[in-house]
Amino acid sequence: MEIKYIVKDNVLTAKLNGELDECTAEYVRLSLDALLKDISCVKSASLILDFSGVSFMDSTGIGVLLGRYNKFSKNDISMFIKNPQNHVDRILKMTGIYEIMPKIG
Amino acid sequence: MEKIENYFNKFSLKFDAKLINEGFARSMVATFCVQLNPSVSEINDIKTAVSEAVTNCIVHGYGGGKGEIELFVGIKDNIVFIKITDHGVGIKDIEKARQPFFTTKSKEERSGMGFTLMESFMDELDVYNNAEGGGLTVEMQKEIRS
Repeated sequence: MEIKYIVKDNVLTAKLNGELDECTAEYVRLSLDALLKDISCVKSASLILDFSGVSFMDSTGIGVLLGRYNKFSKNDISMFIKNPQNHVDRILKMTGIYEIMPKIG
Repeated sequence: MEKIENYFNKFSLKFDAKLINEGFARSMVATFCVQLNPSVSEINDIKTAVSEAVTNCIVHGYGGGKGEIELFVGIKDNIVFIKITDHGVGIKDIEKARQPFFTTKSKEERSGMGFTLMESFMDELDVYNNAEGGGLTVEMQKEIRS
C-alpha cells in the first residue's frame, strides 16, 4: 500500500494504491490521521480518498474508513470516495459507507 | 451445506496466523480456482470471503498471537468448497457474531461485517466451533456460473 497526496483548490486528495486489508490497515490509519493536524486548521476542509488504485479491500477497510470518519467529521472535514474499482464499490455500497462518504468522480 | 464427495481436484495447506499470510492465502485460493474459468467478479468474491475468514482466525481466534490456520479447497463440477480452521478461542454466540455490524472489538475500529460479506459473496456459509482441539471452522461454497 502506498498513499500519495495532491492538493488542488483547497481540496486534499489522498490517492491509495494497493490492497487495503488487515495487513495494511494500520499504515492507512496512521497516514490519514497524520493529515488531520495539517488540514484541521482549514475551515470546512474536504478530503477526497482516491480509491482508483485500490485493487482489493475487505471489511477491515470498512473499519478503517468508519474510524477515520469519526475522527475527521469531528474536525468538520468532509470525506469523499473517488473512482473505486467495481468490487470495492460493491463492498462500499453494501456496507452503507457512501451515506457518510459520498462517491464522486 | 451438503457434503461433497470425491473432489475433482483439491489442495490443503497449513500456515502461520500472520497478517502477511492473508494476501498469500486469498491469492492461492484465487489461483487454484482459475481452472473453473471464473469471472473477475467471482474471483474477487472468493478472495474477499477468504480474506474475511483468515482475518477472523488471526484477529479473533488467536487474538494476534501465535497459531496455525488450516486451509482446504476442493472443486467438483463448477462448485468451489473452502474450509478454513483455526484452533483459537472459537466464538461463544455464532448466531450473534453473524449479524451485520456485530463486533466484540468496537474500540479497534472493526466494522463487524466479516460474516456478512462472506455470506453475500458465497452461496453457502457454515460456521461452527470445533468439537475437538478448540477453535473455529468456516465452510463456504460457491458455484462458478460464468
